[in-house]
Amino acid sequence: MSDLISIIVANYNYWIYITLMMIGLYAMIAKNNLVKKIVGMNIFQTAIILFYVSIGVKKGATIPILQHGHGHGAHTVVHAVDYVNPLPHVLMLTAIVVGVATLGVALALAIRVYDRYNTLEEDELLAQIREK
Amino acid sequence: MKITGLIVTILVGGLLIYAAADFPAWSDPNSPASTYLSPHFIEKTMEETSVPNIVTAVLADYRSFDTMFETTVIFSAGVAVFILLRTFRRKEPEARHYRHVLTGVTMRIKEGKLPPSDDFERIDTLWTPPDLIIKTVCRLLIPFIQIFGLYVIAHGHHSPGGGFQGGVILGASIIVLAISHNLRTVVKRMSEKLDAVLCAVGVLIYAGTGALCLLLGLNFMDYSALASVLFVDPIMARSHGILIVEIGVGIAVMCTMVWIYSNVSSRGRYEQGL
Repeated sequence: MSDLISIIVANYNYWIYITLMMIGLYAMIAKNNLVKKIVGMNIFQTAIILFYVSIGVKKGATIPILQHGHGHGAHTVVHAVDYVNPLPHVLMLTAIVVGVATLGVALALAIRVYDRYNTLEEDELLAQIREK
Repeated sequence: MKITGLIVTILVGGLLIYAAADFPAWSDPNSPASTYLSPHFIEKTMEETSVPNIVTAVLADYRSFDTMFETTVIFSAGVAVFILLRTFRRKEPEARHYRHVLTGVTMRIKEGKLPPSDDFERIDTLWTPPDLIIKTVCRLLIPFIQIFGLYVIAHGHHSPGGGFQGGVILGASIIVLAISHNLRTVVKRMSEKLDAVLCAVGVLIYAGTGALCLLLGLNFMDYSALASVLFVDPIMARSHGILIVEIGVGIAVMCTMVWIYSNVSSRGRYEQGL
């Protein structure tokens, strides 16, 4: 029993990201409206960003900005255990901005689709394409 | 489709949860992600680049090649939205609407147009008067938002910040102007052409800094080559190189955000936007 609890405590954060990710995946697969699919894609993305940031966490460590970088107390020895892993932060920093830009492209495509077919519902779109 | 989707989702989710049992425990300092490369970054960044913010140093120096192409992706997203949406076929509207700024009288001109003047502003058919409170508050806030954005870019070496974050803040300040007034007000201050050119200039600053290092005899993006140009020692040169690159990123991100917003909100017509 205590074994199970320790597994849950050690891993529950991953379960939360997986739940979020699956909500996004379900929206992308099952929703009929294109804008709702785009929203699902964004939820999926957010789950991955949270996942990456959580990988970088270390117990008892602070943000990856060196204290006393310059001036008084400089050149002290830096220990890696005192600072959280900066790499996931770097990767996600760019991913967030790129995510916004790709969201713009997705919305632009949705606008073009609406201009052409006057609908954003997937089944109506397919019916209109088959008629031609 | 709904039931298939649900089954697929539950299956994938179950597999991932099963796999998550093998993941390192949360906040474990000895997890694989924190043991190989990142200790080097944390311990050596200060002596190698003289930048206390490790994230900035890794972003713009150690992984600068990656970041350059992230910036290019953002630029191409801006261009893609522009190509998808912008319509140049200018169908002249039958009538133009103008509003006298001081009195608020609106008028409709059937043919031709008024000469540009400060007394009259052109408005859209869907125009609604902007709310006085929102307009005033935004007008007061936007300069401070922009100063904060510049601070975030310039102080990215020593505090959380950098080109991406500062660029998004600057872009947001201009989008706030577009929402609180209208798109015409933004286009008057920052034309579409300027927007697109600055977008490319940002990416050019980034790639140009890398190419300059190449011309000065070291590897692409090895900023210590800039030491002979900036008259500092090679370690400080890396710090300054990061700043130059971050400024390029900031310009590119700001302009792309504004570019995408104005194209999406006005459906590429640049007229009756939000």
